Amino acid sequence: MAGIRKPSPLRTAGKYAALAAYVGFALFPLYWLLKIAVTPDQLIYSEGTRLWPSAATLANFTTVVFQTDFLAYFRNSVAVSLTTAAATTLIAAGAGYAFSRFHFRGKSLIIAVMLVTQMFPLLMIIAPIYKIVAAAGLLNSLTSLIIVYTAFNIPFATFLMQSFFDSIPKDLEEAAMMDGCTRFQALRKVILPLTLPGLGATLGFVFTAAWSELLFALMLINSNDTMTFPVGLLTFVSKFSVDWGQMMAAGVLALVPSCLFFIFIQRYLVQGLTSGAVKG
Amino acid sequence: MARIELRNVFKHYGRTEVLRDISLDIEDGEFVVLVGPSGCGKSTLLRMIAGLEPITGGEFLIDGERMNEVTPRNRDIAMVFQSYALYPHMDVARNMGFSMEIRRDAAEKRRVRVTEAAKTLGLGALLDRLPKALSGGQRQRVAMGRAIIRDPRAFLFDEPLSNLDAALRVEMRLEIARLHQRLAATMVYVTHDQVEALTLADRIVVLEGGDIQQVGTPLDLYERPANRFVARFIGSPTMNILEATPTETGVELKNGARIDLPQVPDRSTARQLGIRPEHIDLAGPESGQISGVADVVEHLGSDTNIYVDVPGLGPLMVRAHGNVPLRPRDAVSLRFQTGNAHVFAADGTALRSAPV
Repeated sequence: MAGIRKPSPLRTAGKYAALAAYVGFALFPLYWLLKIAVTPDQLIYSEGTRLWPSAATLANFTTVVFQTDFLAYFRNSVAVSLTTAAATTLIAAGAGYAFSRFHFRGKSLIIAVMLVTQMFPLLMIIAPIYKIVAAAGLLNSLTSLIIVYTAFNIPFATFLMQSFFDSIPKDLEEAAMMDGCTRFQALRKVILPLTLPGLGATLGFVFTAAWSELLFALMLINSNDTMTFPVGLLTFVSKFSVDWGQMMAAGVLALVPSCLFFIFIQRYLVQGLTSGAVKG
Repeated sequence: MARIELRNVFKHYGRTEVLRDISLDIEDGEFVVLVGPSGCGKSTLLRMIAGLEPITGGEFLIDGERMNEVTPRNRDIAMVFQSYALYPHMDVARNMGFSMEIRRDAAEKRRVRVTEAAKTLGLGALLDRLPKALSGGQRQRVAMGRAIIRDPRAFLFDEPLSNLDAALRVEMRLEIARLHQRLAATMVYVTHDQVEALTLADRIVVLEGGDIQQVGTPLDLYERPANRFVARFIGSPTMNILEATPTETGVELKNGARIDLPQVPDRSTARQLGIRPEHIDLAGPESGQISGVADVVEHLGSDTNIYVDVPGLGPLMVRAHGNVPLRPRDAVSLRFQTGNAHVFAADGTALRSAPV
C-alpha cells in the first residue's frame, strides 16, 4: 500500500453537492425575502417566480424606514428582547447554579414542575395570561411582554445553564475555596469566566425567542406605540391587499439586530474553554 | 505547621454510614498516608479535613483548636486534587499565585514567590502558558506549586499521581518525598496504591468499609498486620492465606502438613495461616515441609515468582530471590520461614506473636 488512499473525486464532489443542497434549502427562504424586498412594486406579480427581478430597487426600504412606524416597532422589539434576554439569563444562571451545585429539599419537585410548564401549548394559557395582565393593568405595555417572555423562557434557560455549570468540574470551585475564596468569590473569579460560552448561548437563545415572538405580542398589545416588530409586520396586511415589498424589506431589516447580536456573542460560544482544567 | 487530631469522627450521607468512629492523631511534620480500596472512605476523610465535606459527628482539631465549623478558606490548608483542578482561564503564574491574589498580597511579592516556586519545580519557562498547553506531569507540578506557595499549615494530597503514567509516577513520588523533607510540613496523602503508601509514609492508616483497620509505620504493617485485611492489602505479591487448625506446637494445614509456630503462644483460636510469598523458601526434597508442582514461573530477573500447586492445599505463591532455574511442572519442595508466619482467628484478627 502506498500511503493513505485519496478519496475518489466523485465522492468529494458528491459530499459538497449534498452540503450545497442542504445550505441552499436552508437559506432559500431568506434569499426569497431579500429578492422580494428589492423587487419594484409593479414587477412583484408579473415576475413573481423569477429568481431575480429584471430591475432592483431600494425604494421599499426607504419607505419602510421613513414613512412607516417601523423604527418605533424596532426600538420596542430591541428593548423587549434585550431586557428579556438579560433578565432571563441572570435568573436562569442563578437557578442553574443552585440546581447544579446544591442539594436542597424540593429540588426534584421544582425541576419536575419546570419541566411540566414546557409541556403545554402556549395557546392553552393565552386566555388566563390575558386576564392576569389585564387585571394588573399592564395591557399595551412592553413590561407585560418582558414579564411573560421571561417567565416562559426561564425553565428552558435554567436547564441550559445547569448543564453548563454541570460541565464545569466541582474540583475547580473547591480548589478556589481551598485557595482562600469564599463561595461567591470562587463563583466570580473561577466559575463565571468559564461559563461565558453558556451565558452567551442562553442570551442568544432567549433573545431570538423574544425577538420573533408573535402570539403574546399580538394578544397583549394593541396600541401602535408599543407594538413589537412581528406585530408591526402585520400592519402591512390591509383589508384589500398585502404590501409584499415593504413587508419583506421590513423583514430583512429585522434580521439585522439578530445577526449583530450573534456576531457579538459568537466568540463566547466557542467551546473548549474548560479544556486543560482537569486530568491529563 | 500543624498537629491534626480527629476524635471519634463519623460521616453519614443520609442513612449511609461512610466513616465510623475515626480517631487519629497526626503529629506536626508527619507524613500520613490514608490507604484502602475504593469506597473505603479515605477521600471523604481527607475532604473532611479540608473542610469540603461537613463532619457528621465527632471533633476535628488543628493545633488543639476545634475546626468542625471553620470554612475551608480559614483552615489554612492546601490541597492537591486528583484532577489537579487548575484554573483553565489563568496562566501558570496566576494559577500558582491565585491564593496570594485572593489574600491581596502585593504583586511584587507574589511575583517573587511564584518565580521561586516555579524554579524549584522546574516550571520557570512555562509561567505564561495556559493549563491546556501543559503535559500531565507539568500540570501536576503546577498543582503542587499552587499548594507550596501559600506556605500552609498542612498539605493534603488526594491521589495526586493516579492520572500519570508509570514512569512519571515514580518521578513525582520522589518529588513529593523531597518536598516533604524540604518543608517538613504536615502532610496527609490519600492513595489506593500501596507502593506509594509504603514509600512515602511515616505512618500509614489502612481504611476499609469506613473503619480504621490499622495505623502504623510501613514496616509495622508489613511485619505485624493487625488482621487478615491489612495482611493481604499490604505487600506485593499478596500474602498466601491457608486454612489451618491449631495443634500442640503450631497449626496443621488441610493437606496434613504441620507447621510449628512457637512464637504464637495462644493458638487455640487459630483458623488460618498467613505466609508472604517471599517467606517461603525452596528446599531440598528431604528438608521441605510441603511439596507441590510448579504451575507458572515468572522470571523477573531480581526475583522469581512461582505459582505452586500443592495437592490438598491449593495454589501457593512463592517468591524466590534471584533467578531460579525452574520450569512449569517441575516438582518443588517448600519450607516456610515460620518466624515470619501469621496466624488469624476466625474473624480475621491476627493472633499476636510473642516478642522475639
